[in-house]
Amino acid sequence: MAYLPNIIFAVILLMGVGFFARNVQKLIRNIKLGQDVDASDNKSERWKNTINIALGQSKMVKRPVSGFLHVIVYVGFIIINIEVLEIIIDGLFGTHRIGQELLPTALYGFLIGSFEILAVLVLVSVTVFWIRRNVIKIKRFLSSEMKGWPKSDGNIILYFEVVLMGLFLIMNATDTVFQGANSGNVISQFIAPLFNGFSIEALHTVERIAWWLHIVGILTFLNYLYFSKHLHILLAFPNVYYGSVSPKGKFNNLDAVTAEVKLMMDPDADPFAAPPEGAEDEVPAKFGASDVMDLTKIQLLNAYTCTECGRCTSECPANLTGKKLSPRKIMMDTRDRLEEVGKNVDANNGEFKDDGKQLLGDYITNEELWACTTCNACVEACPVSINPLSIIMDMRRYLVMEQSAAPTELNTMMTNIENNGAPWPYNQMDRLNWKDE
Amino acid sequence: MSEELKVPTMAEYMAEGKQPEILFWVGSAGSYDDRAKKITKAFVKILNKANVDFAVLGTEESNTGDVAKRAGNEFLFQMQAVMNIEVLNAYEVKRIVTCDPHSFNCIKNEYPGLGGNYEVIHHTQFIEQLIASGRLTLDGDVYKGKRITFHDPCYLGRANSVYDAPRDVLKKTNATLIEMKRHKGTALCCGAGGAQMFKDAEPGNKEINILRTEDALETQPEIIATGCPYCNTMMTDGVKFKEKEAEIKVMDIAELIADA
Repeated sequence: MAYLPNIIFAVILLMGVGFFARNVQKLIRNIKLGQDVDASDNKSERWKNTINIALGQSKMVKRPVSGFLHVIVYVGFIIINIEVLEIIIDGLFGTHRIGQELLPTALYGFLIGSFEILAVLVLVSVTVFWIRRNVIKIKRFLSSEMKGWPKSDGNIILYFEVVLMGLFLIMNATDTVFQGANSGNVISQFIAPLFNGFSIEALHTVERIAWWLHIVGILTFLNYLYFSKHLHILLAFPNVYYGSVSPKGKFNNLDAVTAEVKLMMDPDADPFAAPPEGAEDEVPAKFGASDVMDLTKIQLLNAYTCTECGRCTSECPANLTGKKLSPRKIMMDTRDRLEEVGKNVDANNGEFKDDGKQLLGDYITNEELWACTTCNACVEACPVSINPLSIIMDMRRYLVMEQSAAPTELNTMMTNIENNGAPWPYNQMDRLNWKDE
Repeated sequence: MSEELKVPTMAEYMAEGKQPEILFWVGSAGSYDDRAKKITKAFVKILNKANVDFAVLGTEESNTGDVAKRAGNEFLFQMQAVMNIEVLNAYEVKRIVTCDPHSFNCIKNEYPGLGGNYEVIHHTQFIEQLIASGRLTLDGDVYKGKRITFHDPCYLGRANSVYDAPRDVLKKTNATLIEMKRHKGTALCCGAGGAQMFKDAEPGNKEINILRTEDALETQPEIIATGCPYCNTMMTDGVKFKEKEAEIKVMDIAELIADA
């Protein structure tokens, strides 16, 4: 029975990691529902972006207050998690603070001391974040798409961090061996007096409870990620790597269209020619996107990466002037629809069964799509290289090329270009008249 | 026009068996829109003044297809692009300058995939080069001390990271350049992009060009400088809406330099 805690620990750890791994598989499966896209170019620039933008948070700090606080939480998160290593070893092998035994006292003290200081800084930052979200009422956290679950989600994440940091400090404060060594307890020594009246046994019990809750909390948080906007802590890295390395103004040329245009422009092409062998089975290309499966894998990765910070929306000229369009909502809708499609696939033995719904119309309206000025402000603002504009454009393409559903004025403009090579009804032959006017 | 503008066409150059130094892509707005035509002529005046060996396509130029592409009509865009590329390649064009950031972006970034590879520069970049190489000299007094604010066109700035050329040119006029709160990467769109120029805005509580004009007015400018024919129209309308047209002029950088 001496090994019971070790066994329980191993089971909890396996369950926590296993359940998370299963959800990660699901996530990858869902992203793979998207279209292939070639991102094998510019490897060195992609790595540079990953290091600067994702690892180095270069775009986060463009907004100094939230950026700085975020860097603290981010650094704290990564560094304090080194402690988890010790917890896992202790849990599996029944040791107690294996680091304290193996490492020189000064080094161990330095490590835990740094974690304690970071834990306090994280607590302060998270408190400010909570105040920003719930008391100060910053506009970008109040948009219509932030009502209900997205709002709770944002707060739950903050509560998680408070609890985890609190447990870490309590665990240290009530650890008689650790406090006895008096090295690295920079913060916890001030918490320890709270437990002054406690017997050694009681202290030990509190320490054990905090220790267990801490690791269970971490595993719970890990598994919460998949159901939350908080996935960015993992996906920001691949997302930035796969982010665009072209000038922002460069929109992709649709290959399917190029093929048709080439055929139309080729004087030798025979419009009645039989298609080449094997071509008959090909599904005719769909122009643009009406559902998540029409989007690329990178666009779907974008959707899972979005952490709903709303910097895009707060810079969007359409949104700033009261239009319905919110680039953040475009990303949230894409993710929500992808999740819906994923569940549909799960329920139907790996095959998507038409559910009579799609991203266009059921989630994103034409009105939102037509309000975009393609100004790239949202793309510029995103700290993790998400491109809401590319999704808007793909859906516009569907509206125009598959549904002929452009606003009337735009149809007039396009007819003019077709007929006389200008968006206005002027004669092509008058193109140089300005020089004599 | 008091002065005679020299505007040779590619066809004329071809007939003489010559190649111009650069092709001036006038664009649809620059060819037909009354306000934009003034920008076109101002730029030609600069080209003439600096003795630049340039030509236009004239009636052989057609819409780039940019606005069709942004509206979602990839077919029409590619049709236009392929036609234009055929003409440009037939004339063996290597360098293109344009006053329209939308044409600039489209030809520079989206034509190469369809077989059109050219060095494309925006007129503010070209003017900067002309001044730097000494081909164009400015009278430093016309705008001396005038308060000028520059509105970044999305398709020049964010889309292609050209932020310095227009500012450097403006500084050369000895004007006082004042930045709006939102400028360069965070500049606010004028509201015309993405084919919005050709349609009414969706329901909202304000027009985008009014919001952007308010940004500009905060700097208390005498001149709002632009580098895009569409931005120019939007800002001009915004200034009129605010009933400030008597005090504040909206001018393209080409117009500023043509008079400097």
